[in-house]
Amino acid sequence: MPIFKKPDFRSESKKRDMPEGLFQKCPGCGEVIHHLALAENQRICPKCDFHFSQTARERLEHLLDPESFEEHDAQMVSVDTLKFKGMATYTDRLKTYQKKTGLKDAVITGTGKIEALPVAIAVMDFNFIAATMGSVVGEKLARIVETGTSERLPVIIISASGGARMYEGALSLMQMAKTCGALALHAQAKLPYISILTHPTTGGVSASFATVGDVILAEPKAMIGFAGPRVIRETTHQDLPPNFQTAEFLEEHGLIDMIVHRKKMRSTIADLLKYLAPKK
Amino acid sequence: MKLQPLDFEKPIFELERKLEDLKRHSRAQDINLDPEVKRMQAKIEEMKRETYDKLTAWQRVQIARHPQRPYTLDYFSSAFTDFIELHGDRLFGDDKAMPAGLATIGDHRCVVVGHQKGRELKENLKRNFGSAHPEGYRKALRMMRLGEKFGLPVIALIDTPGAYPGVGAEERHISEAIAVNLREMMVLKTPIISVVIGEGGSGGALGIGVADRVLMLENAYYSVISPEGCAAILWKHRSHAPEAAEALKLTARDLEELKLIDEVIPEPLGGAHQDHEQTATILKKTIVKHLKKLTEMPIEKLLAQRYAKFRKMGEFAGDVSKNGT
Repeated sequence: MPIFKKPDFRSESKKRDMPEGLFQKCPGCGEVIHHLALAENQRICPKCDFHFSQTARERLEHLLDPESFEEHDAQMVSVDTLKFKGMATYTDRLKTYQKKTGLKDAVITGTGKIEALPVAIAVMDFNFIAATMGSVVGEKLARIVETGTSERLPVIIISASGGARMYEGALSLMQMAKTCGALALHAQAKLPYISILTHPTTGGVSASFATVGDVILAEPKAMIGFAGPRVIRETTHQDLPPNFQTAEFLEEHGLIDMIVHRKKMRSTIADLLKYLAPKK
Repeated sequence: MKLQPLDFEKPIFELERKLEDLKRHSRAQDINLDPEVKRMQAKIEEMKRETYDKLTAWQRVQIARHPQRPYTLDYFSSAFTDFIELHGDRLFGDDKAMPAGLATIGDHRCVVVGHQKGRELKENLKRNFGSAHPEGYRKALRMMRLGEKFGLPVIALIDTPGAYPGVGAEERHISEAIAVNLREMMVLKTPIISVVIGEGGSGGALGIGVADRVLMLENAYYSVISPEGCAAILWKHRSHAPEAAEALKLTARDLEELKLIDEVIPEPLGGAHQDHEQTATILKKTIVKHLKKLTEMPIEKLLAQRYAKFRKMGEFAGDVSKNGT
């Protein structure tokens, strides 16, 4: 029996160098980035400009003038109207995600200022059940758009979503009509709506409020589409074109106005609003 | 065409076949089997009532998809008269999955649009199985604008498994085509009635479904996702579609209870495919009843009611501030 136990350098050093969650590997270039470095850079890879996902709070912090945000309907929560029985109940899912994200549901709405210009703004958070749209998302969006109409404010919606929320059945589907309806009245009042598409914006969200903006902006490489690529491949037995359903593909096909780097988003919105916002 | 039984209808079809045998036997052998025939007929009636009175959600989905169920063009020539088909979106093409045009129902001249499926392969390829492309939704909106301009109400018949998931559809922006319809239908200055006559498949259905009255045939379904799609995601396998159909609350009665549709239109016993003529008659009567009311309403009131109806849809809690901050 040896007097000294052979120290296990390998596992030791691994643990010291890569504490879980502190580092992230960039899907764009493979670079390993510390989470603080990433946070400091608005969650953009410093090496290749890959845009990592951001929480709704992070986005609001970077887009709005400091201290200008006033949140609306912060306490609104989803209810399990259908008593949905799947492998997990809807109530359980909601609780899990509320705990995990600290959010009540998948969108934060309110009023704020961008370079001193007042706006009504909504930001979806993909971390909450893939930012699917149920009654709460639909209702909060409809309300903030109505606030925009009554207070004559431009509306900014930053989308990211897996689509409609299945757990609420057709109630979710009708949120598409509800949000587009609110935007129709906002448009009739000749007020601007800027829609910003981030990774990924799909399904019922892409087929409703996200694509009816007066101006539609997208973050680089964001996946944007109605049907998922797997469904399309299975239905059509067709090879998908390169870059299919990316922001770049949509721009190329004339479906969006422009791709905007995250660090330029705030100033781009402000520049657009200088043309489009109602004169005071 | 001979009716093909659905799985749960097989016992009924089997008994009906036996009844025919019995009658033939009685005639051929000249034996009086009337008591037996009567007993069997009563049994069949009872069996039908029992089966069709408590159909599960999944059974209704199967009836909604029945290949012998009346389709949009069938109604355009049965419930409606003098249909003139108008083609194309004036931008890209003519979507055969979404025929549209002008037609008359009762005393009302209308604009009509709807999803169209095919009954056999060739027709289905032409109609793309009832799945419209962006040009279909854009054609539908073009027709609705005709209705608005010439003071004609719009009738939209919904029967689609969903908008088409394909490369071309994405390249021509199916999302935008549907979204624009949702927005524009909400403020279209003419009465709109949508009827789900078969499958109400998600956004593809809603794309012509923002209306002053949303009606549904008794065995139609209307859902945010197909039962198979939902099962594949939440149960990890498509074979759980019957459970998903139940969970999604997609039947006409469920949706009426949730106040997402305005009225359920009853079907003949066993479903619309058993009696096309009777179904068309009931459909016509119901549409005309609503048209009469809607066409008499001042347009501003109509639009306010349309908006308020959809605005109310949704269930939530924790609403401490009714109006913003």
